[in-house]
Amino acid sequence: MSVTAAFFYLFAGITVASAFLVIASRNPVHAVLFLILAFVNAAGLFVLLGAEFLAMILVVVYVGAVAVLFLFVIMLLDIDFASLRQGVLQYLPIGATVGVIFLVELILVVTTYAVDPALLAAEPVVGEVPVMTNTAALGSVLYTRYVYFFQLAGLILLVAMIGAIVLTLRERVGTKRQDAVRQGLRTKEEAIGMTSPPIGKGLGKGLGSGLGSGLGSGSPAPARPREDA
Amino acid sequence: MTALLADYLPLVIFMGVALFIGAILLAAPFVVAYKSPDSEKLSAYECGFNAFDDSRMKFDVRFYLVAILFIIFDLEVAFLFPWAVTFGGIGWFGFWSMMIFLGVLTVGFVYEWKKGALEWD
Repeated sequence: MSVTAAFFYLFAGITVASAFLVIASRNPVHAVLFLILAFVNAAGLFVLLGAEFLAMILVVVYVGAVAVLFLFVIMLLDIDFASLRQGVLQYLPIGATVGVIFLVELILVVTTYAVDPALLAAEPVVGEVPVMTNTAALGSVLYTRYVYFFQLAGLILLVAMIGAIVLTLRERVGTKRQDAVRQGLRTKEEAIGMTSPPIGKGLGKGLGSGLGSGLGSGSPAPARPREDA
Repeated sequence: MTALLADYLPLVIFMGVALFIGAILLAAPFVVAYKSPDSEKLSAYECGFNAFDDSRMKFDVRFYLVAILFIIFDLEVAFLFPWAVTFGGIGWFGFWSMMIFLGVLTVGFVYEWKKGALEWD
């Protein structure tokens, strides 16, 4: 049991320390990296509790995806974080109030927590419970007994998908999208034209533009003035 | 409990070795590498002049859209794992339950495909 305790204190200590550094670090990117460390150590705590499936999902979903999303948000917002920190003292009373209320609630929950004595008196059913991994335990009830919640989760994911597309997808005008089908269906006649321009005159505008996609234009593009000289 | 810990012993050893190698690779240059700093060597270098502004810049919101769509399908796959493990035990009801779930998400997938959210132009 002492090995378990040692690992618990290791994971719990790193989780608390990195959670503190999330709010204390000056650079928001470092804050996200500490958040990832906190997630990984929370996954370790889940493993110690025996909730292995939850631990692996925490690593896959939170570390793999949500943390990347947070990084994107930080890069997208382009906020001057130095100026945001000016108001720390101004927001301290509100933050402290919320924190104290939360702490009191937590203490109340922990101190008034009591196991029903009837449960303690009941006969333990060890021996009749089939031994299964907790992934199998989840699977044996999630899709049958809790089918409505499962379908609800699917609908929530659908709403999230459509919402993300509606909110962020913008039709871009003036972009030249590659259309592979149209490209493949182009014939030789519409793609190639034979001309014999007189010497020194070059190809007129009328001939080249009809062939499309700029390939047929004989005159070279005027050299762009160098901007980065 | 000790059986669980014994199961994870290889993982702990793996993590330990990874940490050890990472730390060694970080620390070795400080010990081994030849150093002679110089104010010119340490100054900012960008085509001969100092950097104009911050290296952090706004980037396109489409990266965010791709990340969100990735998370949604990631969660969908997470639901598939327990289903696959208990596939034999949950019967036809469990099978069709998952098929409806996948069907709902396929509706979303068709929507995003037709809407052009997967295009990058």
